[in-house]
Amino acid sequence: MNTQNMNECCTPVTPATSKRDQVRYTPTVDVLESDSEVTLVAEVPGAAADGFDVQVDKGVLTLNARVTPRDVGRNARFLLREYGVGDYARSFRMGDGIDTEAITAEYAAGVLTVHLPKRDTARTKKISVRAN
Amino acid sequence: MMFPTVVFDRAPFANLHRQFGRLIDEIGDFAGGPVRPFPAMNVWEDGETFRVEAELPGMKLEDLEIVVVGPELTLKGRMTGTSAEGRVIHRHERRSGEFSRTLTLPTDVNAEGVEATLRDGVLNISLPKTAASRARRIPVRAAN
Repeated sequence: MNTQNMNECCTPVTPATSKRDQVRYTPTVDVLESDSEVTLVAEVPGAAADGFDVQVDKGVLTLNARVTPRDVGRNARFLLREYGVGDYARSFRMGDGIDTEAITAEYAAGVLTVHLPKRDTARTKKISVRAN
Repeated sequence: MMFPTVVFDRAPFANLHRQFGRLIDEIGDFAGGPVRPFPAMNVWEDGETFRVEAELPGMKLEDLEIVVVGPELTLKGRMTGTSAEGRVIHRHERRSGEFSRTLTLPTDVNAEGVEATLRDGVLNISLPKTAASRARRIPVRAAN
């Protein structure tokens, strides 16, 4: 598999620290590459399917996910608070080999999967060799 | 994490708790892995009910087990993570594998009445207190 030209793909523009005291949270992501595409898998628990804003601008892919604040009830008394709840945002610099027009995304169970198809020129080509 | 989490009212120590949490994170970074228990939980009390929430993105119901004994709640499960399947991994931040975490709530809960929902990767468990552990207002009569 030819991955050299894809090494630059999906490098985070924002650091991967999950500083949960920021207002916007950084989703954890996996980035994988096959012959035909680069796949970005982001964890955005609590995001609603209609709350996404995925944009591509000047080679940067930006994910935004809106999270509805939890309704804990008026008389709630917190006993343990280990994480904060809020919107997610993270940006990635894509490599040159991505066909930005063909990017698609799907969402299920708190996980956003973004498919970034490679341009034909960036795909691995199999050259058949004919016998003379 | 092997140690059960004992839940108590931290409000007076909130700031200390936050600073300590940050210190734990820094030790974890230094040690090369997270040392905080998984999954992270938010626990609150709403009258006669305890509510426990945990973020489990990608979790399937059949991979999750919830056990309640007396005041103890145990969450066990398996995070499947992203399948690599012949793909090259450029970045790997998502967690995968087995986990087990036990919480000790301040009072016993009625195991029969426990309900759990999993929506958009967020697990929400409501645990009603047992009748014996509910707060009661004791009427005081004049002693005449």
